[in-house]
Amino acid sequence: MSNLVSALDKATDSSGIAVIEEMGLQGMITLRGDLSAESVKIASTSVTGVEMPAQNMANHAGASGICWMSTDELLILCPYDGVADTLAKMHKLLGDTHSLAVDVSDARACLRVSGPNAREVMAKLAPVDLAPEGFSVGMFRRTRLAQVAAAFWIVDAQTFQIVCFRSNAQYVFDVLNVAAQSGSEVGFFK
Amino acid sequence: MLILECPCCGITAEETEFHGGGEAHLKRFGPDSEDKDFENYLFMRENPKGVHFERWRHNNGCGKWFHAARCTMTLEVFGTYSAQTYEPPKALCDAISAKRPGWSWGAFS
Repeated sequence: MSNLVSALDKATDSSGIAVIEEMGLQGMITLRGDLSAESVKIASTSVTGVEMPAQNMANHAGASGICWMSTDELLILCPYDGVADTLAKMHKLLGDTHSLAVDVSDARACLRVSGPNAREVMAKLAPVDLAPEGFSVGMFRRTRLAQVAAAFWIVDAQTFQIVCFRSNAQYVFDVLNVAAQSGSEVGFFK
Repeated sequence: MLILECPCCGITAEETEFHGGGEAHLKRFGPDSEDKDFENYLFMRENPKGVHFERWRHNNGCGKWFHAARCTMTLEVFGTYSAQTYEPPKALCDAISAKRPGWSWGAFS
């Protein structure tokens, strides 16, 4: 079996005002279908162990979770080793419901921005109101980071997790490092 | 800069998160149609100073298409509405009438 590596093989840079790290392999399944259908709800909640998120929200428990991507799309997170099993389970639970569940783990990359200035670093790149009262734990946002599409949520007060396309991983890592270069604090959220 | 609210996911964002899709409410004329109709469909566009209706896509967000009504002169956004319709909703037309009395655009007014 080949040696599986993530997009940037867990690259880390802590030279700036926030720590930027690539998270390594993360299981991700795209599920499209009618989100109000009972079988879609059961298929996503039973394999992740978390509740169905509300619109523009996400629920997480460790490496598992459900992210609300759009009115007919969810991103199911699960441990990378268990993707095939999880997907098989989901297909069984979905039955003949009109839906689509596909393993996209190797098409995406996960990055993390952490530190007291994490919020500021993200705010420099995304056209999103990132004031603490505007964007809080549990919210999930698909938007852009500089020039590429990305989605992110808050893990805790000082940590953002980002999902982007694997082919954009190096760009996102680099642009985050530029936004986090030392001495570039703005102090807007203090 | 326009600030649009996506009627599909409810996110309000500025225009760089979206992508313009040209004029709204075009009626397609394809094969077997009159040359004149086909030409109109392909090339003829509204170019108003004032109220305008456009298609937009939330391409860095939920990925859905929707319609937006805005003013080309002041960049004021009157509202956004579902893509699954042939005409702007009455409430939106009334709101535009309150701000721009006597407006007309294509077949709408």
